[in-house]
Amino acid sequence: MATTVSPAASRKGGRRRSSKFSRANRRTLVWMTGVPSVLHITFVWIPALATIVLSFTKWDGIQGFSKIRFIGFRNYWEIFTVFEDTLSAALFNNVLLLGFLFFGPTLLGMFLAYLLDKNIRGTAIYQSIFYFPVVLSLAVVGVIWKSVIYSPRQGLVNTVLGRTKEGNQIDWLGDSHKIFSFHIPFLDNALGPAKNFVAILLAIAWRHTGYIMVLYLAGLKSVDPTLREAAAMDGCNEWQTFRRVVFHVMKPINIIIIVITIIEALRTFDIVAALRSPLGMELTSLLVTQNLLGEGGGNVGRGSAYGVILLLLCLGFIVWYVRNNFREEKRV
Amino acid sequence: MSNDHRPGSDGGTSPFTRRKLLAGAGLAGVGAVLAACGSSSSKTAATTAGPTTAGPATTAAPAASTAAATTAAPATTAAPATTAAKAGPKGDVTFGSNFSNDKPKAALQAMVDGFPNKDVKVKVNTTDHNTFQDNIVQYLQQPDDVISWFAGYRMRYFASKGLVGDISDVWKGLDGLGDSFKKASTGDDGKQYFVPLYYYPWGLHYKKSVFAEKGYKVPTTWDEFMALLDKMKTDKITPLVAANDGKWPQMGMFDQLNMRTNGYDFHVSLMAGKEKWTDDRVMNVFKNWEKLIPFQQTGVNGRKWEEGATALGAKEAGLYLIGTFLTSQYKVQADIDDIDFFAFPSIDAKYGQDAVEAPIDGFMMAAKPKNPEAAKAFLSYIGTAPAEEAYLKIDPSSVAASSKASTANYSALQKKSAEFVGKAKQISQFMDRDTDPEFASKVMGDAIAKFLEDPKTIGEVLKGVEEKKLTIFK
Repeated sequence: MATTVSPAASRKGGRRRSSKFSRANRRTLVWMTGVPSVLHITFVWIPALATIVLSFTKWDGIQGFSKIRFIGFRNYWEIFTVFEDTLSAALFNNVLLLGFLFFGPTLLGMFLAYLLDKNIRGTAIYQSIFYFPVVLSLAVVGVIWKSVIYSPRQGLVNTVLGRTKEGNQIDWLGDSHKIFSFHIPFLDNALGPAKNFVAILLAIAWRHTGYIMVLYLAGLKSVDPTLREAAAMDGCNEWQTFRRVVFHVMKPINIIIIVITIIEALRTFDIVAALRSPLGMELTSLLVTQNLLGEGGGNVGRGSAYGVILLLLCLGFIVWYVRNNFREEKRV
Repeated sequence: MSNDHRPGSDGGTSPFTRRKLLAGAGLAGVGAVLAACGSSSSKTAATTAGPTTAGPATTAAPAASTAAATTAAPATTAAPATTAAKAGPKGDVTFGSNFSNDKPKAALQAMVDGFPNKDVKVKVNTTDHNTFQDNIVQYLQQPDDVISWFAGYRMRYFASKGLVGDISDVWKGLDGLGDSFKKASTGDDGKQYFVPLYYYPWGLHYKKSVFAEKGYKVPTTWDEFMALLDKMKTDKITPLVAANDGKWPQMGMFDQLNMRTNGYDFHVSLMAGKEKWTDDRVMNVFKNWEKLIPFQQTGVNGRKWEEGATALGAKEAGLYLIGTFLTSQYKVQADIDDIDFFAFPSIDAKYGQDAVEAPIDGFMMAAKPKNPEAAKAFLSYIGTAPAEEAYLKIDPSSVAASSKASTANYSALQKKSAEFVGKAKQISQFMDRDTDPEFASKVMGDAIAKFLEDPKTIGEVLKGVEEKKLTIFK
């Protein structure tokens, strides 16, 4: 997504200074901006626009393009009036996930990075351990959480809790009862966090923490140590040094982490899909694929419409990010 | 994404594969077009199997291939060696198999090895069972010549889209397959698109030793059934295993209750989208179901069917409504021999225990196979007794489709299965084979899971089902 910035930015810069460039340099410049632009348009904009067009059609994705039928806003109408229970549950879960990621794993990842930056003994080992979940294959992650950790009968958690016997097992990933629920106007179904979704939040945190940790650690390593020394000399304690000095120097990394967390919350897909998407774990990204793929799939129009809804949600954050980035550059 | 209820399918070890995940992740944001691109490109590694050897046979009869095969196919089965040498099909046939677990895979290979026409080389491409199913729509754009699949609506859907080939001429050469199999293999246009290999009934499974020890009797009516459940409860056995992970296993419970409460005809019509889901008759099904819930294991939606098998095997639970493939979960022969099953008890005397649920698995042919003659010859072989015997010898958890197949080596359970289905007045397949695949996977899977989570919401759930049904059945 960050690529949106580079062609535009460099083109602007290129034009201003072009008179200073020799012909060879200019040719290089054209290639360097042209190729990414073409790739970007081909692989991002054309598919995105085509998805928008397809969201107004009915098509099974099986028969040829000639079978595509335009049906206006029918897909959106169906999503918002007939499948509104699924959509609202999915959006609620996405928002819940966003809040959770921010206050849970993102902060924890930053904290771990800060500790590891202290060059304590065995840093590399801790780093590998915390980063390990990020490099695991998604299929493996699914199996680990479903069959090893959360299985009601043989799972680690229930074994530790002594709840593996028939009748007193805890059904971690299947129990979609809501912890609390509330109604909003114009919606028949109640919204609320399902127990199994909360359980899977832990699995998501398991991966997200390591990811944020590595990013933040890389940023911390680049902080000039003299700044800390100066702060220490001025009598700052550990917390003050971090809050007043390091955190501000780290601003670019902070923005990246915020954006990554938002995008991650909106597009989370794999781990729930690996559980074969039980009730209570509806997510917007799953609605897209469920309509496109598989046996009950072949509903390209509705899948695309869900895709467009997700795109609009993501777009808001991307625009915010890009603008923020520009402002940053101008100031520097 | 439901239904891996096949013999030997283990939904547990690899519920998801990298390939599908990647496809899905790519699609999530700006997606549909990628799928569209995939469908329009027509070359993959899988389809380039053997053009050189297949060449002469295909070009010899491009348009008249059906006519040629009509005569060739029966001949192959009758006297393979002699006719094949003269004018029989030659070359390679690619065979897309979803028999990915050890036992079924070995059994399928044994069946392929038994193909008497040695001029035809069958190349088996095995794909993980769940992956095969999850990617079936994409796969059918460039399939192998012969494809493993399920009978009923799930086959008819693809036949109506023109994704699989007409093999009516193969059927003319097949005998030993009864009318019910022919009907299950027939598309909406009256042509056949499917050759069945085996079937397996669904019934209430129990351990004979437990019944003997506690003095339980097999119930045939609802009252006897409820009395048995009560008794088990007082004996500190959880009466009913209830698993619904993947959102398909409990569809079987709905099918049984609906056929017993409202009869087979209503069930068929409901599945075809012709009845209202808000109808009182549907409500009655769920009312009966609600009576069973106090006797079920708790935590239904998170339990894998395999875990249910463990509970029954450990004698913690008394009864398990599932297909006979249940026995594939037990490693010890004595445990397998201890399992028996009975028909779901009658609820309304008018319908008795007439209807039986017995899904059929088998094979289809690609719409445009590279070597149609050889593919049809191979399919003709699959419909015969020797092929089915070769398969069941290694994986005996189901029953041969052909009535000519020898039952001499059948286990007691297989014999019972054959008799059980043979006596049935009506045979249903399974909800996801008897109705539109989208309706089954996207609407009913969720609806049943919601009902099991909170039975009180059933009115609202059924209203939603009816609304959603109208967007699918038009």
